[in-house]
Amino acid sequence: MSRFSTLLARETALAWGRGGGPMVSVGFYAGVATLLPLAIGPEPARLAAIAPGAAWVALALASLLSLDRLFERDYEDGALDHLTLSPVPLELTCAAKCFGQWLATGAPLALAAPVAAIALGAPLSLTPLILACALIGGLAFAFTGGIGAALSLGARRGGLLTAVIVLPLFTPPVIFGGGVLSAFLSGLPWTAGFVLLCAYALAFVALGPLFMAAACRNALS
Amino acid sequence: MIPAPAFLTNPERFMAFSRWAAPMFGAIAVILGLAGLWLGWSAPPDYQQSWTVRILFIHIPTAWLSEFAYACLASASLLSLVWRQLLADAAAQAAAPLGAGFTLLTLATGSLWGRPEWGTWWVWDARLTSELILFLIYLGYMALRASMDDEIKGARAAAILGLVGALILPIIHYSVYWWNTLHQGASVFRSGGSALAPVFFWPVILMVLAYTSAFGSLWLVRIRGEVWRRRADAAALRAARA
Repeated sequence: MSRFSTLLARETALAWGRGGGPMVSVGFYAGVATLLPLAIGPEPARLAAIAPGAAWVALALASLLSLDRLFERDYEDGALDHLTLSPVPLELTCAAKCFGQWLATGAPLALAAPVAAIALGAPLSLTPLILACALIGGLAFAFTGGIGAALSLGARRGGLLTAVIVLPLFTPPVIFGGGVLSAFLSGLPWTAGFVLLCAYALAFVALGPLFMAAACRNALS
Repeated sequence: MIPAPAFLTNPERFMAFSRWAAPMFGAIAVILGLAGLWLGWSAPPDYQQSWTVRILFIHIPTAWLSEFAYACLASASLLSLVWRQLLADAAAQAAAPLGAGFTLLTLATGSLWGRPEWGTWWVWDARLTSELILFLIYLGYMALRASMDDEIKGARAAAILGLVGALILPIIHYSVYWWNTLHQGASVFRSGGSALAPVFFWPVILMVLAYTSAFGSLWLVRIRGEVWRRRADAAALRAARA
């Protein structure tokens, strides 16, 4: 367990410290949230109608940003080879990478999500729910995104490829999260969507590392 | 150990088998397709859809094949990943553009049908959306293969992605249905779900069989082409070393 926590600390520090870390993702998120009203028009009624959905989609896009460095950095400097030699299974190493990614960019993005939604016109009462959805959805984004990042190791234009592979995997959490937020706003029961979002995130926390490890072994072979 | 007959695993025997099987499936496709088209053209106009119903004779088979081709791709991916079957890898690679093509045809014929029937080219209905995402998954698969310089690594990465897709497609399917029912609206366009009358049922069945046979023929031809390409690459490598 202490090995895993050491790994987790390493991955979080790397995701936090290198290449801008959470600043890049949060900055991108703020940029998209700013562009939306410029494209759609400043009328508060129209913006308020799309606020939760727009904040949610922008969150999914912002979580794509730092994915391409998730495995590539360690792949290029040979650290990934060393990590496969350690007694920690590669699956657990991949899980630590994704948890680190989530702590360093998913959590700051989740803190920014209510701000963006309220700036776009969502009511203040949405804050706890969008924060919870963004934290859990961020977990799903990190673990499905990790699959795409690991698969595109060694590919030309890896970053763009990761996005193409990962976006279909993002559709269920985008649907569930968006559904939860709009159901809450129209006073409908929202727990079903929330439970489905949690289930999706947990399923990929469990299954994602298997696929990531297989992809890493293939890239290193 | 390998759960397949030798004519599907041994490249030599596969080439001998596919040499006559590919044209045979093609001939079956032409015969069944002509019969299906003849029945389809002689079918009376539907009481609601009028002659537009004829689009469904080519829409339903492409929709079936868009998913059937993915099932073929995923099974071939599993075989190539677990048993390191080179032919299975060629089969997965060959199935992807065919599946993407049928998915695109499904979207195109569907929107041609939707324009007169629903009054719009596109609705964000559950089925349409999941078909579109299936198309994106095919694109991702082909993009991953195309962008890998190392062919063997690219093949294995693509096989892993093929399995991820097989895992995620049912989830996407049900999540899109959940989204659709939550938002309502699109259910208005549902055709009632009534069973087809025999006069429409038989042309549809014939066309589905014809398209499936055509897919089988094209698939075998593409696998053969892939085997030839790899042989040519190996020969070029030998010549360069000599």
